[in-house]
Amino acid sequence: MAQIFHPSFNTLSKVSIFGAVFFLGAGVWAWDSLLRSSYNTQVNVARHQPVPFSHKHHVQGLGLDCRFCHTSVEDAAFAGIPPSKTCMGCHSLVWKDAPILEPVRESFRTNAPVAWTRVHDLPDFAYFDHSIHVRKGIGCTTCHGQVDEMPLMWRTETLNMDWCLSCHRNPAANVRPRERVFDVHWRPDELDDSERQELASKYHVKSMTNCSVCHR
Amino acid sequence: MSTRTELGPEEAAELEVIRARLTQARGPAFWRELEAVAEEPALRGLLEREFPALFARTGPGLERRDFLRLMGASLGVMGIAACTRQPDEKILPFARSPEYQIPGKPLYFATAFPLHGSALGVLAESHMGRPTKLEGNPDHPSSLGATDALAQAAILGLYDPDRSHSCQRAGQISTWNSFTSELAGRLDGVSGHRGEGLAVLHAGENSPFLTEQLTRLATRFPQLRTYRWTPLHRDHARAGAELAFGRDVAVRYLVGGTRVIVALDSDFLFSGPGAVRYARDFARGRQGRSFSGRMNRLYAVESGLSVTGSMADERLALRPSQLEGFARGLANALGVVNAGAPPLDARVERFLRAAAQDLAANRGAGLVVAGAGADPIVHALAHLINRELGNVGSTLEFTLPLEPLLESNSASIRQLVEDAKNHRLDTLVILGGNPAYDAPAELDFAAALREVPFRVHLSPTVDETSELCHWHVPETHFLEQWSDARAHDGTVSIVQPLIAPLYEAGGARSAHELVALMAGEGTKSAYELLRAFWQTGSGKDAAEFEAFWRASLHDGFIAGTTFPPLELTPRADLSLGEGSPAGAGLELALHGDPAVHDGRFANNGWLQELPRPLTRLVWDNAALCSPRTAQGLGVTNGDVVELVAGEKRIEAPVWIVPAHADEVFTLHLGYGRRRGGTLGTDVGCDAYALRSLEAPWRLAGVRVRKTGFRHPLATVQKHPDQEHRNLARVATFERFKSEGKLAFAGEHASPHDELRPISLYPDFAYEGNAWGLVIDLNACLGCNACMVACQAENNIPVVGKSEVANGREMHWIRIDRYFEGGGEDQAGEGVTVLHQPVPCMHCENAPCETVCPVGATVHSDEGLNEMVYNRCIGTRYCSNNCPYKVRRFNFLAYSDYSTESLKLGRNPDVTVRTRGVMEKCTYCVQRISQARIAAKKEDRPIRDGEIVSACQAVCPTQAITFGDINDPASAISRLRSEPHHYGLLAELGTRPRTTYLARLTNPNPELAQGS
Repeated sequence: MAQIFHPSFNTLSKVSIFGAVFFLGAGVWAWDSLLRSSYNTQVNVARHQPVPFSHKHHVQGLGLDCRFCHTSVEDAAFAGIPPSKTCMGCHSLVWKDAPILEPVRESFRTNAPVAWTRVHDLPDFAYFDHSIHVRKGIGCTTCHGQVDEMPLMWRTETLNMDWCLSCHRNPAANVRPRERVFDVHWRPDELDDSERQELASKYHVKSMTNCSVCHR
Repeated sequence: MSTRTELGPEEAAELEVIRARLTQARGPAFWRELEAVAEEPALRGLLEREFPALFARTGPGLERRDFLRLMGASLGVMGIAACTRQPDEKILPFARSPEYQIPGKPLYFATAFPLHGSALGVLAESHMGRPTKLEGNPDHPSSLGATDALAQAAILGLYDPDRSHSCQRAGQISTWNSFTSELAGRLDGVSGHRGEGLAVLHAGENSPFLTEQLTRLATRFPQLRTYRWTPLHRDHARAGAELAFGRDVAVRYLVGGTRVIVALDSDFLFSGPGAVRYARDFARGRQGRSFSGRMNRLYAVESGLSVTGSMADERLALRPSQLEGFARGLANALGVVNAGAPPLDARVERFLRAAAQDLAANRGAGLVVAGAGADPIVHALAHLINRELGNVGSTLEFTLPLEPLLESNSASIRQLVEDAKNHRLDTLVILGGNPAYDAPAELDFAAALREVPFRVHLSPTVDETSELCHWHVPETHFLEQWSDARAHDGTVSIVQPLIAPLYEAGGARSAHELVALMAGEGTKSAYELLRAFWQTGSGKDAAEFEAFWRASLHDGFIAGTTFPPLELTPRADLSLGEGSPAGAGLELALHGDPAVHDGRFANNGWLQELPRPLTRLVWDNAALCSPRTAQGLGVTNGDVVELVAGEKRIEAPVWIVPAHADEVFTLHLGYGRRRGGTLGTDVGCDAYALRSLEAPWRLAGVRVRKTGFRHPLATVQKHPDQEHRNLARVATFERFKSEGKLAFAGEHASPHDELRPISLYPDFAYEGNAWGLVIDLNACLGCNACMVACQAENNIPVVGKSEVANGREMHWIRIDRYFEGGGEDQAGEGVTVLHQPVPCMHCENAPCETVCPVGATVHSDEGLNEMVYNRCIGTRYCSNNCPYKVRRFNFLAYSDYSTESLKLGRNPDVTVRTRGVMEKCTYCVQRISQARIAAKKEDRPIRDGEIVSACQAVCPTQAITFGDINDPASAISRLRSEPHHYGLLAELGTRPRTTYLARLTNPNPELAQGS
């Protein structure tokens, strides 16, 4: 019967198979770049909030400790976002009529929550516990970055699983003394390697890489 | 072209045309032509004949193009779903944070679950103000930390999507205010005649507060009529007590001290007040560590096969009408005079002699228990026998009845119907219950109800009774209301709400609030009234009462309310009458269902899908009968028969149960509901249609007719035989004492029958914690509490009847039930029933881990076989390789992602899985993590007993023990060193961490029927 394919198809098919390999490679590279880009990971992307809460002002300017607002960080898995009542503790006196604080005042009046945008968010199948990390000497700024320099909140780390594992496989590299956990002025080079190892063994820090530690 | 295919001349000609068209086309035109040609009938017909399998239609026929379109679309959708950025989430803190509430840390509150006319003390776990799980209250006498399947599933009732959201008047949505104003009008109308015409029907939930409220209502309306009706009543027990003592009494069993128990048609280990406690005490008597002690012995006399009967060492299957004769014979043999015993046949006589001798040899340590469905005379005889043997005070105590009854339930409902038909009632308020569905059929309650000019029904959903009433008022769930309830020994618990009523805005109220409204106290809340009631009741002044109240709420029970034992003597004019002859012909026994109870849980998916304890049926009820009866009738499983009792008839499918009595059918009540919610309507057959006032529990002279139809029944276990594989090991106590481990050697037991056979896999040194689980088959009743607890704790979905029929049920722990012995047709005698809970074995050499292509299931260094849902791509190779078949696959998107109310009840500590993902028992890894984190924060090791898996916590008999096998002092290590400890299929080399203690039976040597 008659030929379905024109002879030029021979060349076309060879070229396209050869080219497909490169095309696939390029595709994979592009996809990977997209996944690691800040569009996807939201690293260094300041997030819009209903109230432009400035950690820089409150932490650096006023000297508030993290735990003043994030109260359950030493007791529970979730560090806690302060209720509007905490804000109103000061802002019923200070800046009490400022327009940017209207959502807070409204929330306090109506008992409806302020709808903050979540900046540090893990997928629902990953379970993270703040209290144990804090107890073992992992400081706030290690994962959340220099919060005292942020006029609006953004992520400094991807929160990808490979980032979590990079510490879990070698936790001693990120340990600091317990009394310095909430100190924003901590610099990792304040301790040398041997001191860090000592601290890690003092705090019984283990390398926890079982899947069920985070995935339940 | 195949030469087999025959073509007709027209078809051949058409094919020639097609061939010509194709030959002439070129390039793209060729493909378009091919597409068109593919649809030509002639070609299609040829291909269908040539390749029939390609065109086999299973389900809705999908054309090729549609199929590709769908696949393409799904791929696209899946791709999009998987490859977007993580969606933005909001964080919503409180405006004012409530005290003690820390997100992620649950709070526990003590309350009580009212059922069976008594209450079970529970601790409710509350996440951010939402109750998600119920655990037993360790300090409560009915619970001792355990619960049963119904209590576990009760939490789903709170979030039932079919609950009414608002009041309804004649089927139209209305408001609470409209209701109160109309009710006020009616009450004004009757108050002129001192309340003549006002009536209240309540459902017998045993609340001292409600009793008091009804009394106060009666002072406002002196002519008030109160009725009560609950279908699973204890009228016969009451009548029996009257017969023996001249008054109603409650019996509290002290099973812990017994050596011999004779259960007369009683399921006391599984249902009824105190069942959870009795099960615990009973199991204690069978779990002698290193067995230097004795085992208790249980005789069960029953017609069907119940959970208690399945644990019995000696079992006698009798027709229900023969039970009275047996009881009289037993009484005679033990010295109760005038028992009027009829002659019994040899088999029954033999059993009776043995039981009587055993009881007589254990005076003061024996117990005779009569079931709720036994005739009053049997109850009376049981009381007299216990007295005669001196058991009173040591193995049982008589107390005041849990709820003082002026008349029996049957008399009450009969009176109500009569009053209604004779137009003596003007306004009827029905508090809970569902009498239009479960009242005795001959009364025609629905017709009587229509005679009442104004009817109100307070119930959680619009059911059969609400349909017939003018007003339907949504009832709050016990987790939403303030109330009180009495436990099996009289101890009162305050029922405190865990959450504000979900549908309060629409008018959801409790029975207390409604009665308070009627009594003119509507301005006060139930909380205030309840406190006032207990302040009077406790006799304390205001200052002391506050501490007393807080202590009662904290502990979960009110100290000092336990009933003291009563000293009783038989009545002077005791007359036991002559025995009535045993019935002839087929008999029918009616029981409450082990899962849906009296029908109230018909819409509870967890309970409908719970495999019933002995039949392993789901989503249905069936007419249970023995193999011989079925053979005689020529029916098999699934054949529909018609059961006729007098004028009444129903159709039910047959299900064969070994060890069932011959010529008897057992039917469970609670099915066939016409308006039971989305899940509960039209499930099973309505056995209430056969129930009468005079014979609520058994019928004689029943006729059976084959209809020729079949009804598909779904069961989770089709094969009840172990096939000599020694899975659930059993031996007699005597043999075990003399032979030890060898008593369990089965046919294929190897001389090296060890837990850790030699393996080619390299050994791994488990340092630190090594988790394991031991299940004691001596204690397991097969009650299913663990199955529902696991479902509640781990967000396990309900799949429905057709999926269960395909073997796709999602329970992470299942209870395998085996029948051993009993001869060819397993008829009644000598059948041993074995229950074996099977969760994941967490094998050290897990066959599932090596075959996962993506590493979604791996092993932790503490011995856990971990499941990582986000990695799983659904090859199901792991389940294929698992010898225990404990892995469950989400073939479809079983989890309900859309219904709002169900989202509230999920456990936030466990991932909710979607389709395509494998899941299995995780040893409650969320609880292990919690305990580990708590221990590490305090710089201490995890204490033994700190981690309690869901199944362990809930088990009434404490059959399951979890712990660290590396710790020689832990409870589990002690159990593992017992001689009757073994692993399931350990010879395969899997090295399971979940292991068992073999079952020991204690048969009477006099009755040796081949062990």
